[in-house]
Amino acid sequence: MLKSNINRRDFLKISSTASTGLVIGLFLPNSVNASSNKKFIPNSFLTINSDNSILITATRSDMGQHVRTSLPMILSEELEADWNLVKVVQADADESQYGDQGTGGSGSIRELFPELRKAGAAAKEMLIKAAAEKWNVNVNECKAELNKVIHTQTKKQFTFGELVGKAKTYSIPSNPKLKNPSDFKIIGKSMRGLDTLDKTNGSAMYGIDTVVPDMLFATIIKCPSFGSKLKSYDSSDALKVSGIINIFEFNNKIAIVGKNTWSVFKAKSKIKVQWDYGEFYQWNSKKIKDMMVEKSNLEATTAKKQGNVEKAIKSSNFTLESTYELPFTAHATLEPMNCVAKISNNSCEVWAPTQVPNGLQEDIAKNLGFDINDVKVHVTLLGGGFGRRLFNDYAMECIEIAKVIKKPIKLTWDRETDMKHGMNRPASIHKLTSTFDKKNNPTSWSHKIISPSISAYHWGENKNINLDKGTINQGGINLPYNFKNMLIEYKCANTEVPIGWWRAVYNSQNAFANECFMDEIAFVNKKDPIEFRKKLLSKSKRHLGVLNLVAEKSQWFTKKLNSNQGRGFAIHESFRSWTAQVVEITMNEDNSFSIDNVYASVDCGIAVNPDGVKAQMEGCIVYGLTSALAGELTIKNGSVQQSNFHDFQLLSIDQMPKIHTYIVESSENPTGAGEPGLPPIAPALGNAIFNATGKRLKKLPFKLS
Amino acid sequence: MKNYSIKVNGKTHKVSVDDDTPLLWVLRDEIGLTGTKFGCGRGLCGTCTVHINGEATRSCVTPIDNLEEEIEITTIEGLSKKTSHTLQKAWAEEEVPQCGYCQSGQIMTAASLLNKNKNPNDNDIDNAMKMNLCRCGTYQRIRNAIHKAAKKL
Repeated sequence: MLKSNINRRDFLKISSTASTGLVIGLFLPNSVNASSNKKFIPNSFLTINSDNSILITATRSDMGQHVRTSLPMILSEELEADWNLVKVVQADADESQYGDQGTGGSGSIRELFPELRKAGAAAKEMLIKAAAEKWNVNVNECKAELNKVIHTQTKKQFTFGELVGKAKTYSIPSNPKLKNPSDFKIIGKSMRGLDTLDKTNGSAMYGIDTVVPDMLFATIIKCPSFGSKLKSYDSSDALKVSGIINIFEFNNKIAIVGKNTWSVFKAKSKIKVQWDYGEFYQWNSKKIKDMMVEKSNLEATTAKKQGNVEKAIKSSNFTLESTYELPFTAHATLEPMNCVAKISNNSCEVWAPTQVPNGLQEDIAKNLGFDINDVKVHVTLLGGGFGRRLFNDYAMECIEIAKVIKKPIKLTWDRETDMKHGMNRPASIHKLTSTFDKKNNPTSWSHKIISPSISAYHWGENKNINLDKGTINQGGINLPYNFKNMLIEYKCANTEVPIGWWRAVYNSQNAFANECFMDEIAFVNKKDPIEFRKKLLSKSKRHLGVLNLVAEKSQWFTKKLNSNQGRGFAIHESFRSWTAQVVEITMNEDNSFSIDNVYASVDCGIAVNPDGVKAQMEGCIVYGLTSALAGELTIKNGSVQQSNFHDFQLLSIDQMPKIHTYIVESSENPTGAGEPGLPPIAPALGNAIFNATGKRLKKLPFKLS
Repeated sequence: MKNYSIKVNGKTHKVSVDDDTPLLWVLRDEIGLTGTKFGCGRGLCGTCTVHINGEATRSCVTPIDNLEEEIEITTIEGLSKKTSHTLQKAWAEEEVPQCGYCQSGQIMTAASLLNKNKNPNDNDIDNAMKMNLCRCGTYQRIRNAIHKAAKKL
């Protein structure tokens, strides 16, 4: 996406503002691409003010994963900042300044760690140089500590603020010395979220809280049945609702605009709409499943072939086949989709809880025919993201309404619209086959994935494609277990149901199938599920690290369970972080079960903010349990049937297991934690149910009949 | 449209709204107190929880016309001065919030629980809090924070 042609060598670009501050904008090479091409990725901003305060710009969206804390921690570490003096500011959309600000794929820490360290280190070197010159001493005699530069012999000191004027005149060192990780004081320490207090007193501002002068309020009616068109509507009763200003049609939708949110919600309920239903109106969940099952019997695209599976089947003593199934499911962020837009003759200003501000800025500029620099996108706090806000559909609707009304507009979707018009996790069917020799050792692994493709839905006119790389790369072809004979196949099954990247994306689907099936194989092999996997993972140190840690902490090999209890294990790597989980359940007399404990281990390299990593593991586990126990979207008449939290139930506190998280000590560069904790939870629970009951449940959400 | 006078966080506000307007939208759109959140509009998720005479109440399904003029409404903004409520402190110590969107409602429900029960056990917490949903999954920390706050009462 980068359009600029920045010089090859590493450099930091200095620019001084009108203020007295030292402002450092980073233009550092992407660590992956630096040697191979001329791409350079600019990253973040640091401002040190003459009053010694520090302002660090968070360039990624915060949806609860606390990047507004962890990203500043990384820069502050190398800068030797006093954490108490650090404030964070959210970057507006600006790809030329910050690079791609898209927040997804558990990538913020992983992608920005090297650049932010370098940024802090370079600034520190400049501040030390400034102090050394003032004292007329060698830089080696000076050190930085807690927002000060200290002359070690004389103990003389300057605050960073006092050095700003001089430091800003230097060119930025291209290769600053980084700290030895063993000297880290901030990284690796659990820090309070910089937004935490605001989130306990109501002052934290989300998109939906945005207020601008002269703003009007809007909501929307969209056809629940996908692919249908608006035929006609009667708004006569709705227009009588006090405060209603305008009701109009656009892009097969109806906009309702008024003086406050309640007036537009109320008016919405009084509009009678006639839809011109499309072909998909005939579709329902059963028909979708039948279509997918039919596809599962057709020839599919080979994504990976290793050894000779056919031969393994022919010579096998026993063949095990299983089909796993997952439904469509919703992100269901608690903050419904919303956006505020203000359009004038030649500029536009938007406040959006988005995960992709650059794309939104581009789309708005294109839509309005404006220069991209005349479109300002302010990123607010996100009341949950989980991948849903990687799509800006709601924000572009707000633009369309603001264009007509010519006043600032706040668009708020009601919950029903949010539930019925998500970008859902695709449904999928997984056909797995394994063969065994006479000693019941597995000799092959085959996995055929039947699922809609997200990229085909959004960028391929929703036409079925031969191979969706995302699907097969996230737990398909990269199965960690070493099977001599392997076959991974893919069959695309798109429908009109909108789909998108749901937390952990295809990993959540593939890991469910893989890890339940591995348990089945271990059972045939009459081995303990962890022992069995351990042997097949012998070459993967990081898998073994999380496996051993969780086995130890859950006392897998020593603890005796009661006869009405069961436990299950699962392990998965996603987004270059490794997690393993053990679930313990108790069967109740009415054939229901309660989840007692979840033990989770994670290897995400250096844990920048360990408590933050733990919080993300807890969050992933709860999110994954919701989809394992309840979260299912069903389709009828081409529409999502669920509408609110009574029929799309989230896990609640009384269903909450005790979660015990353990972090593998590591000196590897950090990777993310926002998603990797999710994939193992559903299969670990499925395996626990099998362990407790002997019943192998192969379909989500789990239902014990 | 009707004129109403309501007392929120100790201050009287005069508003002119339709009689069926839920308290939530009076607070957010008319008075400008945005700490109380909109989640479901049907009393199902608890993000809109406020206190009416100390009782945790879903403001999204409470029409303004049902409220007597003399009642006291407390929102998250009025729970304490300078974020000093024991629960708010415990919330920060336990680092409860992730996205934070549901936390106003969680804290208001928990505050109402502690008003009635100074030493709630896990069951009491489940019963009081199970209608307050958190999509980020902060329940374990919510439970710990309530226990921690209760100890300090």
